[in-house]
Amino acid sequence: MSFKEWFVKRSPLPEMWREHMAEYYAPKNFNIFYYAGSLLLLMVVLQFLSGFLVMAHYIPTARDAYDSVYGIMYDVHYGWLMQYMHVDGVSLIFILLYIHMARGMLYGSYRSPREIVWIIGYTTYLAFMAEAFFGYILPYSNLSYWAGTVITSLFKSIPFIGHWVTTLVRGGAGMSGDTLGRFTALHVTVVFLVIVGLIVFHILYLHKVGSNNPDGIEIKANKGPDGHPVDGIPFHPYYSVKDLFGFGVWLTIFAAIIFYAPTFHHIFLERTMSTPANPLKSLPDVTPPWYLSPFYAMLRAIPNKNGGIILMVVAVLFPFVLPWLDKNPVKSTRYRPITRIMLIIFFINFFVLAYLGEQPPLPKYFFPERLGAAIYVAFFVLLPLVSKFEPTRTPPARVRFRAH
Amino acid sequence: MKKYVVWAGMTLGLLANASGAFAADNGPKMLTPHYTYNAKTIIAGAKLFATDCMACHSIKFMRYEFLTQDLGMSKADVHKYIMLPTGSEFKGTMVSAMPINMAHKWFGLPPPDLSQMVRYKSQDWVYTYLLSFYQDPKRPSGWNNHVFPNVAMPDVLAPYGGIVNEHGKVLRAGDESPQKFKEQVTDIVAFLRFVSDPSVVQREDDGPWVLGLLVLFTIFAYFLKKEYWKDVK
Repeated sequence: MSFKEWFVKRSPLPEMWREHMAEYYAPKNFNIFYYAGSLLLLMVVLQFLSGFLVMAHYIPTARDAYDSVYGIMYDVHYGWLMQYMHVDGVSLIFILLYIHMARGMLYGSYRSPREIVWIIGYTTYLAFMAEAFFGYILPYSNLSYWAGTVITSLFKSIPFIGHWVTTLVRGGAGMSGDTLGRFTALHVTVVFLVIVGLIVFHILYLHKVGSNNPDGIEIKANKGPDGHPVDGIPFHPYYSVKDLFGFGVWLTIFAAIIFYAPTFHHIFLERTMSTPANPLKSLPDVTPPWYLSPFYAMLRAIPNKNGGIILMVVAVLFPFVLPWLDKNPVKSTRYRPITRIMLIIFFINFFVLAYLGEQPPLPKYFFPERLGAAIYVAFFVLLPLVSKFEPTRTPPARVRFRAH
Repeated sequence: MKKYVVWAGMTLGLLANASGAFAADNGPKMLTPHYTYNAKTIIAGAKLFATDCMACHSIKFMRYEFLTQDLGMSKADVHKYIMLPTGSEFKGTMVSAMPINMAHKWFGLPPPDLSQMVRYKSQDWVYTYLLSFYQDPKRPSGWNNHVFPNVAMPDVLAPYGGIVNEHGKVLRAGDESPQKFKEQVTDIVAFLRFVSDPSVVQREDDGPWVLGLLVLFTIFAYFLKKEYWKDVK
């Protein structure tokens, strides 16, 4: 008995390899948006590696946090590389998350039978938000200090136990070294493990029902004599080599940012991140990073604090019910022109809200912010009606694909 | 392929707009220093910083040895022009000799550490700030600033640049011509820009290699993909 036979007999890996790679049949008509999924996986691995290296030099105390984070930049060999990888990686992850979700919405990937895939994926996005927030606080810059104060004070709006919860989250009456201790623990253990776990389940649940495609038709409905979908191709080697090419392009972009524009015009790394926490010097306007600012704009759209929080929570939770809001038998918006236009307005509106969320709280922005929030909510409210009555074109019986 | 070019163009356009949009800044009109960002400018700035700024301001993240490693200054020059005669170590950090408790007494609060100042306030801000001092008898120091009203810092560069009053009237001409003075301030700004991110040297050295290798990898991956996908009909 060769070693290979001996090993294969005892190992679950060959079977898993077949199930998820070599004999996982994916539709052959994936377009450019379908790179985002594998790229996210790559970015999470890179965040883990750079985060591990940064963590080796980080000191989570109020006195040393800022100096230790910036000390990495000056005194650690290639410290700037791990630091910038970790900081810019966050923004790139959110760019990919938004592309990944927008693609799912465009082609109806959230629809039956993939509702659970969508819900797990959206939960992962929320976990990424929490992870990004905790990471944001750790350098204990002045922005960290005040952003942490603002965001943790949102818990005060919980009825009856709000103050108790806020104190528990902060580890005291205000931001302090105790906050850094618990946020570090959350950032590197609980929330990170939750993200990894959710990603595993996201993929397992996807592979159970099979991937959707830009035409929104089920390839499993049309199987060949060998029992495999005629429009499906094995993930390995076809999509593994395609994703390898995607990795190359994306890493080139990533490296170009790290080496030539690490702060990306101070969008990826804000200016107020580069001054130590100062409880006596509040920032004139605390704005969130670009990837969270659409929700911040909606929070500000209502002048009443609790009202704003309710609107923001509703806006964040709305996508969870998306699979049940869409009533049309046709999945892909390729064949649903009205929904496609609604979606494009929704995406542009999201960008505009991101821009508004970065602006100082001036009265001239109140109306656009309210309009943006109204458009955001209107999309979800109108979708059941529109999807029920909209005219659709008939999707093709087989996926549209031109051989390369 | 054409479709992707259009998409890439649209994305780049959005990003180009976004960079302007997200960097919103309100306040007085800022001047922009014009200079070539190279070792010569930075070293000139370092010498000025050592003589005119470092008596009060630390740049505690910088070490003297970075000036030789990153900028190619000789060790003798660093000793001669930059290092203060306070017994600091060549491998030590560039810390001001002013005791913090004395600084509190003299200025009300200690002069800030300038390590990340350009990153925090932008080089335009630092440049404009240094050029915006005026004489103000109402202030305890005798000085005030248009960009940073009621600042505790006196105009230490007045011997070079001269003294003006609030409305810009020259009360005493400086030792240097206005042109030369602006150049000096620009050098200081260039040095502080370097201090706020010294990785720029290594980044620009390694960047082309890293990008080149990644592009090469991408080209190979592209042809590998093309070869495999020939079978997909």
